[in-house]
Amino acid sequence: MPPKIHTEKLSAWYGPKRAIEDITLDFEEHAVSAIIGPSGCGKSTLIRCLNRMHETIPKARAEGKVLLNDEDVYALPAVTVRRRIGMVFQKANPFPTMSIYENVAAGLRLNGVRDRDKLDVAVLESLKQAALWDEVKDSLDKSGASLSGGQQQRLCIARALAVRPEVLLMDEPCSALDPIATAKIEDLIFDLRKDYTVVIVTHNMQQAARVADTTAFLYLGKLIETAGTRELFERPKETLTESYITGRFG
Amino acid sequence: MNLGAFFCVVIALIPLGSLLFEATVRGIRSISPGFFALTTANGGIGNAIQGTLILIGLTAAIALPVGILTGIYLAEYGKNRVGAAIRFFVDVMTQIPSIVVGIFAFSLLLELGAIGIVSSRLVFSTTTGVIALSTIMIPFVARTSEEALRLVPISTRESALALGIPRYRAILRVVLPSASSAVITGALLGIARVGGETAPLLMTCLGSGYWFEGLDQPCESLPHTIYVFALGPDSALNQAAWGASLILVLMMLGIAIASRVVIRLRAGTR
Repeated sequence: MPPKIHTEKLSAWYGPKRAIEDITLDFEEHAVSAIIGPSGCGKSTLIRCLNRMHETIPKARAEGKVLLNDEDVYALPAVTVRRRIGMVFQKANPFPTMSIYENVAAGLRLNGVRDRDKLDVAVLESLKQAALWDEVKDSLDKSGASLSGGQQQRLCIARALAVRPEVLLMDEPCSALDPIATAKIEDLIFDLRKDYTVVIVTHNMQQAARVADTTAFLYLGKLIETAGTRELFERPKETLTESYITGRFG
Repeated sequence: MNLGAFFCVVIALIPLGSLLFEATVRGIRSISPGFFALTTANGGIGNAIQGTLILIGLTAAIALPVGILTGIYLAEYGKNRVGAAIRFFVDVMTQIPSIVVGIFAFSLLLELGAIGIVSSRLVFSTTTGVIALSTIMIPFVARTSEEALRLVPISTRESALALGIPRYRAILRVVLPSASSAVITGALLGIARVGGETAPLLMTCLGSGYWFEGLDQPCESLPHTIYVFALGPDSALNQAAWGASLILVLMMLGIAIASRVVIRLRAGTR
């Protein structure tokens, strides 16, 4: 089966500074792919190039190819790409002025969906998929900011899922959460692979080992090694990978 | 230190307290139904209140959209040389003395009238007054809106863009509502600012003893009434000036309170 996303010699810059260099990597469909590496190695930059969020930063640019189902995402309109490749950020960021319902419906509403029944169904399904429905079903009109940190992050996942993307990118989604909230999100990521292709950036190697089918190790903007998660952690081929996962640096 | 700071606060508040006290004590005596019903030609201020409301309304109708859109441009698209240049000129415009703005509006209409683009009647008219007041209010609103929008975290913009929402819509429907209480406060303060302007109106709206007669005619306004009444030869007029001052102060106070209420209400819904 061809990969869901394929990058070909992908490089990205912030002004004159190159953040990632010649990355060629596949992300399989209906699988969870993890990207690990020390801070500043270009993990976030890499996934932000996949849905063209990288270019929203002034003076940032990317070169190389990103193929989504064999379509070049840089040949498609950026808004289309972002609807097909959703994203969840490090810090939960529900829209402060919107209720829980409006947050989840925002992606559809602001893209022109007005049909109330359709929105209701999408909100219900997305909140259920994000494992948040039971906790918020009686308070859908409360502000999204009134939820706890872990709930806010699941709200953001529901918001991203509501536009029915094919791929979900997650940029260190648990780094601001406590262990219980983290465990809930990890369970959720495990379930999401049935319907979505998930790419998760994490600096937590245990997390990658728990949720990912394949793992890629990045160091100083370069792809060092990629393999099945188990293989990468048990039998790394590169000495750099081995020293990182055994905690000798990073 | 604490005592010193407290002392300075007292000194700073003396003019405010004294002003409110004097305006209330002296002004309250003028307040009667007739004071509001009569025109300035007959010793009332009815037409001045009417004129001020019309001037403020028309100015807001022009300056709020233009100012807020300028603020959006500066905050969202202005991170380059063009933006920096516009920001500089907007800053300069906020510093221009209002009498100079009055001269600007006056001479603009005078020139336009001289070459026949507009009727030369417009030189001293409500229209010219609105142009002058808008020139004062637009940069003020633009800067307060820009500051308000800058306080909205980048992450709010990013999460909207990541949903595939086009940038202009993300700004209008997500970022602007997030900044709305600060934008509304800026707008109300801008209205209060132009509501109290006298200098630019002296050479544009001119003043009138009658009820509002049209956009191409001079019109009366509260600050102008105060100016004329206070300089007037007869003590009844001087007394009426105090009454007009009280009304103007109360109007501005009302706007300030309204802005607080807006913030309180919006915070309450969260």
